[in-house]
Amino acid sequence: MVDQHEFLTVHGCRVAIRRQGLGPPLLALHGMDGASSFGPLTQRLATRFSIAVPSHPGFDDSDTPEWLDGISDLANFYLEAIYRLDLRNFHLVGTSIGGWIAAEIAVRDSTRLASLTLIAAAGVRASGATMGDPFLWSPEAQVRNLVYDQTIATAQLQAPASEDELDRRLKNRFTSAKLVWNPRFYSPELQKWLSRLRVPTAIIWGANDKLFPVEQAHEFKRLIPHSMLSIIPQCGHLVHVEKPNELSALIFNFTRQGA
Amino acid sequence: MKFYFFHLMPYGALDLDYVKTHESAWLTLPNSYYDPIQGHRLYHRYLGELRLADLLGFEGVCVNEHHETAYGLMPIPGVIAGALAYTTKTAKICVLGRALPLLNNPLVVAEEYAMLDNISGGRLIAGFVRGIGVEYHASMTNPGESHGRFQEAHDLILRAWTEPGPFAFEGKYYNFLYVNIWPRPYQKPRPEIWIPSQGSAQTIDWTSHPDRKYTFLHTFSPITAVRKFVGQYKKRCEDYGYSPSSDQLGWALPLYVAETDAIAQREARGHIEDFFNKFLRAPTEYKLPPGYTSLESARAVLSGTLKVREQHLSFEKLIELGMFICGSPSTVVEQLERHHYEMGIGRVVTMLQFGTLPPEQTEKNMRMFAGEVMPKLRHLR
Repeated sequence: MVDQHEFLTVHGCRVAIRRQGLGPPLLALHGMDGASSFGPLTQRLATRFSIAVPSHPGFDDSDTPEWLDGISDLANFYLEAIYRLDLRNFHLVGTSIGGWIAAEIAVRDSTRLASLTLIAAAGVRASGATMGDPFLWSPEAQVRNLVYDQTIATAQLQAPASEDELDRRLKNRFTSAKLVWNPRFYSPELQKWLSRLRVPTAIIWGANDKLFPVEQAHEFKRLIPHSMLSIIPQCGHLVHVEKPNELSALIFNFTRQGA
Repeated sequence: MKFYFFHLMPYGALDLDYVKTHESAWLTLPNSYYDPIQGHRLYHRYLGELRLADLLGFEGVCVNEHHETAYGLMPIPGVIAGALAYTTKTAKICVLGRALPLLNNPLVVAEEYAMLDNISGGRLIAGFVRGIGVEYHASMTNPGESHGRFQEAHDLILRAWTEPGPFAFEGKYYNFLYVNIWPRPYQKPRPEIWIPSQGSAQTIDWTSHPDRKYTFLHTFSPITAVRKFVGQYKKRCEDYGYSPSSDQLGWALPLYVAETDAIAQREARGHIEDFFNKFLRAPTEYKLPPGYTSLESARAVLSGTLKVREQHLSFEKLIELGMFICGSPSTVVEQLERHHYEMGIGRVVTMLQFGTLPPEQTEKNMRMFAGEVMPKLRHLR
C-alpha cells in the first residue's frame, strides 16, 4: 500500500494531503490535533478505500491563510478542493471539528457525496449538556480528558516529543481556538439547516466523551432523522485513537449499507 | 518624574484559604466568596484613598478594568472614574484602560471617555488595552482577533473624537452607518492616550509609531522585562526617526515606604506575597488563551522563559526581581532615581495599596510616598 504525500493549492492556500489505499474514494477530515493521529484508522480504511487525508488550512504543514476566520471558510475551501481533486461519489468522514467541517460541506452541497460519517463531531450544541473547555485544561488534562482508557493517555504523556512536534501541536491549538472560540464548537446556522441532508449519514460517538457529551450525538440524530447512530462504550473523544477497529468496522458496514 | 496613584480595588476581604480548593482567583473562583457588605465597605474605603491621592499631590488617580476576579473589583472602571471626576479637583483621571477588543460596540468607550473628560474639565487620560488573556475566557472574545479588534476599535474611537459627525465607519469587526457621539471630548483635539502593556512586540511597534507616540506603560513585571521592553520601545522610536520624551515611558508597580527598611519589610511582606501568589494566581491556560500572543511568544512561554509568575514569589524574590520596591524613603528614592537615569522613565504609576493591605498602612504608605519620595524626584526630567 503506497502512502503518498502531495500538496494542493486552493484559494491561495497550500495544503498537505496524504493519500493511501485503493478503492472507492474517501475524504477524511481531522480534528483539532491535526492529521497525524489518523494513522491507525486510515491504515485500516485503506484496505478498502482510496483515502485522502488533508491537513486543514492552518494545521500541520499547511499554510495559514489570511482569510481563515471560521469553520465556514474551511467548508467553502473544501468544496473547491473537492472539485479540484475531482472527487465524485465519495465517502466523507470527519472527526471532532473535522466532522463539523464535513457537515457544513454536506449542507452546502452533497451532490458528490456517497455518504457522510460524523465521529464525535462538533457543530451542534445539545442544550443543557455542558461541553468540556479544552482551552482551560492543563497540558496533562488535554491528553487525559480526550480518552477513556488512561493507559493510552499515560503512554502519550510519556512519549518524547521533538521540537517540531511541539511546534505542530501549538500551531494546531492556535488555529483550533480561532475557529471554534465563539460560538464555542457549534454553529447556529448549521443547526438550523442540517435537516436538509438526504445523504446516508452515520453518527458515531464515544460513550465517555468529556469534550462533546454524548447528548450531542442524540442532537445530531434528532436533526438528521434518517441517520444511523452508534455509541461505542468505554470510549472517549478520540474514537479513532482509542477504538480504531470498532470504528473502521462501523464505517465498512455503514458504507456498504448506505452506498 | 511624574507620579500617579493607581488602585486595583481588590477584594481585600477574600478568604485566602481558597487556594486549598481552587486554582485561581480569576474566572472560576465561585462568587459566593464575595460578600456585598464587605464590598460596599471596600468601595467606600478605596474611593477615599483615591481622593486622598488627589489631595496629596499625585499627578493623577488611576483605575482599570478586570472581569470575574477578586484581583480587582472594577469591571466597569468608568463608574469609579465618574465618581472621581466629580469629587477630585486637580489630579488627572486615568483609566488604564478599557479593554477594547472585548466590546461589540467600542463607541461606548468614545462616549464614556468623552463624558469623563467633560465632567472633569479636561482631566481625562485615556488608556486603551487589549485586556489580559483571562478576559478572553470571561468575555468569549476570540483571542485570535485581539490585535485586529484593538486597532480597529482604537481607530473608530479616534475618528469619533476628532472628525465631525455623522460619518460612516467600515471595518472588519465594527461597522456603523452613523458615528456622531455626544458629548465630544473637552480636550482639543482629544485626551492624552496611554497604552498599558506587558510588552507584546506588536503593541510596542504600534504605540511608538509617529502617528501615535502614545505613552507606553509597562505593568507589573520583573525589572529585566521592564528594561527589555522599554528598550525595545525606545529603539522602535529611534527606528521611526525620533527620540521619545520621558513622558512616553511609564512603569506601573507596587511600592511600600516606611520609616526604615526593616519596618517596611515587616509591614509589607505578607501582603505583597499574598498579592502576587494569591490574587494574581492563575494557571498559564487562563492567562494565555491560544492566539492572544503570537506563536513565537507562546513557544517562549512553553520553553519556560516567561514562567516567572508560575513559581511561588517570596518577598525576597520579588525584591530581587525588581517587581516590588520597598524600604525607607531614601532606599525608594535611590532606586527610582537609578531607573530614571538608566531607562529614562518619566512616569511612575504607583500601586500603594495591594491585596489585603489594610487602610491604616495604605494611608501611611501614601503619605510617606507623597511627602518624602515624590518631592525628591519631581525635578527629574
